[in-house]
Amino acid sequence: MKIAVCVKEVPDASAPKRIDPQTFRLDRNVPGALNEFDTHALEEGLRLNEGGGDGEVVAILMGPPKAADSLRKALAIGADRAVHVADDALAGSDLVATTKALAKAIERESPDLVLFGQQSADADGAVLWASVADRLRLPVISQAASLELADGKAKVKRQTEYGYDVIEAPLPCVVAVSDAINEPRYPSLKGIMGAKKKPQDSVALSDLGLGPDDVGEAGSRTEVYAVGEPPARGESRRIEDNGDAAEAILEYLTEKKLV
Amino acid sequence: MSTLVYVEDHEGEPVKGSLGVLSKAATLGDDVAAVLCGSGVEKLGEQVGKHGAKRVLVADDPALEAPLPQPRVDVLTKLIEAEGFDTVLFGASVLTADIAAALASRLDAGLNWDLVDLEEQDGKLVGKRPALQDSVLLDVGWKSEPRLALIRSGTFEPAESGGSAEVSKVEVAIEDWSQQAKMLEQAHEESEGPSIEDADVIVAGGRGLGKPENFSLVEALAKELGGAVAATRAVVDAGWYPYASQVGQTGKTVAPKLYIACGISGAIQHKVGMQSSGTIVAINKDPNAPIFEYSDLGVVGDVHDIVPKLTELVKNRKSG
Amino acid sequence: MSARPADFPPPFDAEEFIAEAADPADERVDVGALVVGAGPAGLSAAIRLAQLMQERPELGERLGDVPIAVVEKGKAPGAHLLSGAVVNPRAFRQLFLGMHSEDMPFRSRVEREGLYFLTSNRALRLPAPPTMWNHGNYVASLAEIGRWLAERAEELGVTIVPETTARKLLVTGGRVVGIRTGDRGRGRGGEELPNFEPGSDMRTRVTILAEGTQGHLTGVAMSRFGLVSKPQVWALGVKELWEVPRPLNRVIHTMGWPLRGGRRYREFGGSFIYPLDEAHVALGMVVGLDYTDATLSVHDLLQELKGHPFVRRILEGGKRVAWGAKTIPEGGFLALPDRFHFPGGMIVGDGAGLVNVPALKGIHYAMRSGMLAAETAFDALRPGRTPWEPGALEPYDAALRESYVWKDLQRVRNMRPAFKYGFVRGSLLAGAALNSLGKFPPGDLSLESDADVPVFMGNRDRAYPQPDGKLSFDKLSSVYLSGNKTRDDAPSHIRVDDKVRREVAETWAHMCPAQVYEVTGDASPAGNVVDVEVTASNCIQCGAISAKGGRLTPPEGGDGPEYSLM
Repeated sequence: MKIAVCVKEVPDASAPKRIDPQTFRLDRNVPGALNEFDTHALEEGLRLNEGGGDGEVVAILMGPPKAADSLRKALAIGADRAVHVADDALAGSDLVATTKALAKAIERESPDLVLFGQQSADADGAVLWASVADRLRLPVISQAASLELADGKAKVKRQTEYGYDVIEAPLPCVVAVSDAINEPRYPSLKGIMGAKKKPQDSVALSDLGLGPDDVGEAGSRTEVYAVGEPPARGESRRIEDNGDAAEAILEYLTEKKLV
Repeated sequence: MSTLVYVEDHEGEPVKGSLGVLSKAATLGDDVAAVLCGSGVEKLGEQVGKHGAKRVLVADDPALEAPLPQPRVDVLTKLIEAEGFDTVLFGASVLTADIAAALASRLDAGLNWDLVDLEEQDGKLVGKRPALQDSVLLDVGWKSEPRLALIRSGTFEPAESGGSAEVSKVEVAIEDWSQQAKMLEQAHEESEGPSIEDADVIVAGGRGLGKPENFSLVEALAKELGGAVAATRAVVDAGWYPYASQVGQTGKTVAPKLYIACGISGAIQHKVGMQSSGTIVAINKDPNAPIFEYSDLGVVGDVHDIVPKLTELVKNRKSG
Repeated sequence: MSARPADFPPPFDAEEFIAEAADPADERVDVGALVVGAGPAGLSAAIRLAQLMQERPELGERLGDVPIAVVEKGKAPGAHLLSGAVVNPRAFRQLFLGMHSEDMPFRSRVEREGLYFLTSNRALRLPAPPTMWNHGNYVASLAEIGRWLAERAEELGVTIVPETTARKLLVTGGRVVGIRTGDRGRGRGGEELPNFEPGSDMRTRVTILAEGTQGHLTGVAMSRFGLVSKPQVWALGVKELWEVPRPLNRVIHTMGWPLRGGRRYREFGGSFIYPLDEAHVALGMVVGLDYTDATLSVHDLLQELKGHPFVRRILEGGKRVAWGAKTIPEGGFLALPDRFHFPGGMIVGDGAGLVNVPALKGIHYAMRSGMLAAETAFDALRPGRTPWEPGALEPYDAALRESYVWKDLQRVRNMRPAFKYGFVRGSLLAGAALNSLGKFPPGDLSLESDADVPVFMGNRDRAYPQPDGKLSFDKLSSVYLSGNKTRDDAPSHIRVDDKVRREVAETWAHMCPAQVYEVTGDASPAGNVVDVEVTASNCIQCGAISAKGGRLTPPEGGDGPEYSLM
């Protein structure tokens, strides 16, 4: 079956992270890496197709040209093909603008299943999947802690605040997987070296039937006004135990209505 | 400003986080409506009404029984378009995140999420959103209406406003494709205490406990407080406690209302996993432990003395 | 009371890391030429080889699908690269004919410089010796250079393989035929986890080891093929990058405080403070690992240094944005291997000890040696020849000896060893050596292996500042800043004797910038032997432990720091 896995590149863990003082957006001019949460989605896609038969796992990434490295990593891990949605006009896209382009890219592929990782390390893509599913008019299930496919349906254990729900939806559908679902595989040496040879398509806005007004800042409905310091934690109290610390703690907690 | 607040319900009760958002909305303007979606939820209308809503709109239909997002998107879309709400607020949860995101596409509307505050600045609605692991706070806004927002769970406390609201039913029309996902089994968690991710209270243990057996002190306190137990990387590495309880850079990230750190030095590798906790109480023998730099109440003392005493006091308070 | 780290050797045997090729043809990977390490030496070798192949495309075809491969244990090229750095552009000009300096990956040109002798509260300007004249050189980030060179290499068709360790040397019939990459996905006790991925054999015709300081397979090859007869010595450098509001206008080197000049202490080294660009200052403390006080911690000396008014002023109003550490081979000419090649391969760069300590230069030598190795490899790969026939790679050694690399190192050969006589006598000796262009003292001073130097419990640590989180920082938050990602439950990659004399254990605990080692057990145990607890997941692979009685082996591919501007 054809499985589309949406991946993104996020700034490297140790790259000095800053909000660009000009645009108020996360400065992405630093080394980036494949979003770790997306490796779970990729792993799930590969696992589902391993049962045999012919199928394809397509990694779809929307990002600047340099994000091609992360796409190559997805190929190294095992994706069969990569689609890079890259267009200068996409820079500065918010949720609405991003999902407009992403949904069109996915539509072009007509996959049987669309997978997302549950969040991204830079918190920019935390809620993409439901938005994309709505545009595609496909059922969506999120926080999947397990996923089974049978008889043209996806059966998911969804992890919520209250425990696990079991939800079923017919294919094609959109599933966002949690990091509890699997242990992502490491790329094999052959995988890393063969990644360059796997097919990679580059897709521009015009290929998606969109114009610059649909995306980027023009197509966005939210904006950032300013960056500031978070509020200080407030008064910090310090006490030494003279045999009465336990009482003092209880008093403190009571004061704060925490017990 | 004409605001609609989505009130989530669970097991016959409105969810506290939603009521908190409703109470906050009431401080920002008068024209606040709440909406309940479910089956047999009409009876919750009165309770919801006491938390600041002028009107409570109820979408009550068997098709809305299961807590699935897509049917709710259809209902809300119609409602928002018909009534012209310019602002729609959600207390973030697994369910509402999906609803709000889908609504953004449906209405071509801006959605800001993970907000920890909302205020009016120069006639504009501005949201406060933490970024870069809560090290900065962004002012975010909307370029068009309706404005959609997801508020970080537990941000606002519910406050009864003493008024009563007009409760009315709204029409429910759901598209076929929205109903393709079916709930086979719904969660009714009855497990031993909350999981780390959802707990309001966490008591965590580190190397200062001295030996693995002393985790029983942590467990006892957690039990009395109705909380979960967490552990640092060092003690998990040493085999004192399972990896599932590890909090920190290479473990889980938690943000409970109360985090009690017992014998934890609090190096940054641990800090990034719990720094957004509401109140941090640290007990450590070493006055120079880094945790004292960011704890709200720092107690320099021996955990072996203090923790059992505290547990006892809490126990007595509950029974006495 | 003192103890020698060398008396507590690590459980390490080079043979463990040598294997026969075993993978069947469909599982192994074949490449034409293999470079281990995507640093300046390795990438220059790859680039040079690719250039030569462009001139002779028919050779490239003979080398198969992947003519040139570079394996890199870090997450990406640059992730494990760290240096001051002031770079001599000479090798760049040789590698990229006709390229202008503006197009080279440097951040700023050296305009002014100063050498200072510090006391606890003053900075005395000294005349800089000619070896330290940097006019015409550039300040750069080595990690950035690595990324840039990797891009150039890929443009020329080189295949770079990141997140891949070269764990074993494949040796067949007395010659190196490739490497075996490391496994990924083992648990603490070595067991295979659900996502276990075994390493693979990588077969090749010629292997160039460019692993940098304390290179793993470099050490294995040196042992197996008997390439060295003199000990190498190392220094440990701990570096920080700061964002500053006021640009620094000169390249600065300091000597003296906080290091002690007494002969007993053997504290050789100093600091560097470089303007990377208008908004960034790179500074670091570098100390030879032959020091004797067990409580010496280079990281904490750096924190102490920042409190000096001279340095404080430079950092005022600024913010620390990066941190890292790495060892530097310091023996120079007197510690060079007897041979730089072995059947089937060659050693280039820092791994071969090609560092000019008095001038603090190694990058252009690394690049030059890489180029020379590539030229020898290219010749040896031509039709009718093989890289493993006797003498095939000897031309590399000969080319090195003819090059400026050799001549430079020879001239300054006695300067570092002079300092084992303490600062004053050492400076006099070094000065004499310098002024005589290396002719005096005649002959060679000797070097002593760092681990052979006895250590004693001193009290250096009393002066270290309490970290304040603004100017001075503790080790753990620094490790965090390095982006270190090493799996908690992976098997430990560090080999040390875990029961050692207290003095040795304390030496490791203080020495390691990443707080990997901790002394546990009784306060005053019998025989003064204590337990050492190792938290391998903190390790940033600086290599210091290998110099002082332990042995670093590569952890899983992709683990370790993620330097971006170091």
